[in-house]
Amino acid sequence: MRKTRARIAAIAVVSALALVTACSSDNESNDNGDGGTSGGNGEGGSELSGTISGAGASSQAAAQQAWQAGFLAANPDVTVNYDPVGSGGGREQFIAGGIAFGGTDAALADEELTAATERCGEVIEVPVYVSPVALIFNVEGVDELNLQPATIAGIFNQEITTWNDEAIAADNPDAELPDTPITPVNRSDPSGTTENFVEYLSIVAPDAWPHEVSDEWPVSGGEAAQGTSGVVQAVSGGNGTIGYADASQAGDLPSVNVGVGEDFVAYSPEAAANVLEVSERVEGRGQYDFAYELARDTTEAGTYPIVLVSYAMACATYESEAEAELVKAYLSYVISEEGQQAAAEAAGSAPISDALRQEIQPAIDAIAAG
Amino acid sequence: MSTSPTSLTKAPEPEEPPVVLERPALTHGSLPRRAAPLALLAWAALGLALHLLLDVNPVVAGLVTAVGYTLLVCGWSRAVEGARKAQDRLVTAVVTSAFLVALLPLVSVLGAVLARGLERFDADFFNNSMRGVVGEGGGAHHALMGTLIVTGLATLISVPIGLLTAIYLVEYGRGALARYITFFVDVMTGIPSIVAGLFAYALFELFFGAGVRMGIMGSVALSVLMIPVVVRSTEEMLKLVPNELREASMALAVPKWRTVVKVVLPTALAGIATGVTLAIARVIGETAPLLVTVGITASDNFNPFDDRMATLSVFSFNQYATPGIPPQPFLDRAWAAALTLILIVMALNLVARLISRLFAPKTRA
Amino acid sequence: MSSSTELTHPDNQPQPPPEAPLFEKPVSRFGDRVFSSSAMGAGVLILVILAGVAAFLLVEAWPALWADPDEVPGGDGIVLYVWPLLFGTLLAALFALLLAAPLAVAIALFITHYAPRRLATALGYVIDLLAAVPSIIFGLWGLSELAPLTVEPTRWLEENLGFIPLFEGPASATGRTMLVASIVLAVMILPITTAVIREAFLQTPRLHEEASLALGATRWEMIRQAVLPFGRSSIIGGAMLGLGRALGETMAVAIVLSPSGGVTFNLINNGNPSTIAANIALDFPESSGLDINVLIASGLVLFAVTLLVNMTARAVINRRRDFSGAN
Repeated sequence: MRKTRARIAAIAVVSALALVTACSSDNESNDNGDGGTSGGNGEGGSELSGTISGAGASSQAAAQQAWQAGFLAANPDVTVNYDPVGSGGGREQFIAGGIAFGGTDAALADEELTAATERCGEVIEVPVYVSPVALIFNVEGVDELNLQPATIAGIFNQEITTWNDEAIAADNPDAELPDTPITPVNRSDPSGTTENFVEYLSIVAPDAWPHEVSDEWPVSGGEAAQGTSGVVQAVSGGNGTIGYADASQAGDLPSVNVGVGEDFVAYSPEAAANVLEVSERVEGRGQYDFAYELARDTTEAGTYPIVLVSYAMACATYESEAEAELVKAYLSYVISEEGQQAAAEAAGSAPISDALRQEIQPAIDAIAAG
Repeated sequence: MSTSPTSLTKAPEPEEPPVVLERPALTHGSLPRRAAPLALLAWAALGLALHLLLDVNPVVAGLVTAVGYTLLVCGWSRAVEGARKAQDRLVTAVVTSAFLVALLPLVSVLGAVLARGLERFDADFFNNSMRGVVGEGGGAHHALMGTLIVTGLATLISVPIGLLTAIYLVEYGRGALARYITFFVDVMTGIPSIVAGLFAYALFELFFGAGVRMGIMGSVALSVLMIPVVVRSTEEMLKLVPNELREASMALAVPKWRTVVKVVLPTALAGIATGVTLAIARVIGETAPLLVTVGITASDNFNPFDDRMATLSVFSFNQYATPGIPPQPFLDRAWAAALTLILIVMALNLVARLISRLFAPKTRA
Repeated sequence: MSSSTELTHPDNQPQPPPEAPLFEKPVSRFGDRVFSSSAMGAGVLILVILAGVAAFLLVEAWPALWADPDEVPGGDGIVLYVWPLLFGTLLAALFALLLAAPLAVAIALFITHYAPRRLATALGYVIDLLAAVPSIIFGLWGLSELAPLTVEPTRWLEENLGFIPLFEGPASATGRTMLVASIVLAVMILPITTAVIREAFLQTPRLHEEASLALGATRWEMIRQAVLPFGRSSIIGGAMLGLGRALGETMAVAIVLSPSGGVTFNLINNGNPSTIAANIALDFPESSGLDINVLIASGLVLFAVTLLVNMTARAVINRRRDFSGAN
């Protein structure tokens, strides 16, 4: 009796072990076999191999996934990790040296830049991910909405409280606005999206928006939701809701046409990318640091001013040759036309322009071991 | 609590004085067999009809059913069977409906996970990682392995420590040290999971520098959460082993340690196995501590001592929180990962049951 | 008795008669010493780990405790920063416990003493499984299934019971309220609480139950006389385990709750106080420097609260230590 039990137990343990020690993923064992079977791009594979890890802004996560896929197709022996821990975490880990490259929605602050310079020598900071922030809403019977910046500020500051408010009606003479109360939805976690949106409001509507700019939402009492997905869910789940979210995740929800100058502009990748064209680089931050001061108050036609610009951070000098090579190759791919297109398809971002690419390419070429 | 506190404080052993029958008759009438279930059926049908035909809110219809049934059966029983029986039936109705009420959300959660998780619950999901995958396709092979490795290591750390501590507390512990340990194990159950994660991170940061991410860090964080659960449940189970068994063993001059290993532990084995399973279940779905210690990767990494690993819970969270376009494949993967986690625990449960059936001596008829 | 070491029963050690050399001193076996000291070692290790956690919390929280109030997020100092969070944590957890504890006892009773045996096994199994559902799934479920369901009822509550501060409103348009967060927490702690209680109910000595029934008790009377007193410490233990989990629950609350208000008992509004754990999870990724210290200081407060809860629970259990086989 005892023996049978022991035998059964042994069988159970062995089969459990067999399950655990099962081989690696199908897609990976192919890749690691002979590069020819799966690569298929005729280049015969590259000489690059190894692993680099990055971490940072979660806004870039989907784009990073697309970049990794594209980069790995050409370099099957390379592994790139990107851990979407958040911009703050990304900057901190990058400065501490825990990761080879980082992603951040806000450029490094001055003291962070100094600390990062200590790690890196010259710090490379280039815009890689530009995405419009859509103002999504869910109001029964309303499919299109034009809003002036001051009205947007009034709504999110909870001073305009019903949908049939005069300020809204003035810009939307054709819409049948209900008397539903407005529920503004904001991010409950600090985020680059919030910071960009709040910065926009404080620049274009300083009277209606008296709050300080930070990555944390300044008004209390509204509906708050975690992450872009949470905001989208909250907006689509309620009636009379309006929120701001990465445009790629807006899904079926209608979004606001934002007043720019005389016109109302709907978001589009092109309209968002135009903002970088009319914006100026922040001076005095090192030759490879491409932090931008965005022109939120532009009146240029066809420009959508509420955008999120997310940067990649890297070092000009790395300790190991291999790491430098990998980061250089990866970031070159990221800003390449191919890479930007891949991100546009997978994450709905706006590809950076050729002019900008030519400007930032030297920064990435400067990466070397030292 | 559903019991009156006064009745609880009395010494339990000698029961209340024998009940003196108030009526001369030695027997009461009783409700017809099947009266209660039939009454329940009737009221359930009424509730359903209210919901379907008159479009009453399902919650209200359920309430009508429960209250109606309870009143009917209690009143009837009080008239036919007397107060004590009626009270018994009342409690039965209350317990049953409380159970049903509790079951609703639980079933709803399971249903949601099943319905949405099955979408991507296919062979590809288990054979592929997310390496080089954009949009649709891909899988959670890397995350499944990561979860098994991280949780397995956490179990390896926690179970011996937890088991030995429980043995110490029940069999050896006397005096201040045991009191301290008991108390601090309680304190430990209260460590918020995110704090456990931050602690593990800070610990490893001391040795490996800032920004370190390793599978074993996650195991340590999970162990901090798991150890107190193992101790508490094992302790409870060991306490339930009758002293007579220990004394009988000692009387045969069996050394204490052999008494514990051969008599006490096997007797409590079923409960301990359940406790350990519950402890694993408690931590296997943890997300927050793994986010800050293990991180996430798209590729296979089965080495818990080097770099980031994927785990099912973080994978699921990640797919939900940062989807690409269209978001549906990402959400499908998130739910499928959750379903996988539940199935793993189901398998663990089966193993625990198997263990208790195979090895535990029969304690009850 | 001769086999026990001086560690175990110092008080009732029988004095060996001096003329019997065979029993001169209690036999101290090697195996016993190894076993008992490794058991003690494990216990001490737990103390060391906990000391490590406490030291980590204190060291990291220290700068925040003495920081200039202006530098703490919110600008009003650490106390005013933590207080609404603490309030939210307690409100959510206690309300969840209030919902979950009676239900857990009822489920445990139903499974152990009411349901047909086969059904009971299956049910116990399903409920065990739920302990394993990852917390983010409860969060997503609360967000997408439960919250929309509550919109109508909360509006009704606001209109009809609005005079009670709990239902003051205005009712949330999305249902992501403290009420829903508490229900989600209650559902989350049900399995673990139920499992502990059920296990204890199952261990009720069959003889006690049968004795009670033989005296003519109804099923409920038997439960009151035999089962509940036996399981009392487990009921409290299970409830406390649940409370601990509810207090520290992170991701589900972060996903479900709309945390944008101050201290309020209003359960159905969208301006709720956040909870400490959810706030750490939400803010940690984007924090650096002193902000992290502030978050960890709030973690320290949560830790202290749980400590208090557990001390109370332990005191209650100790006062009524009956029925244990080993005491």
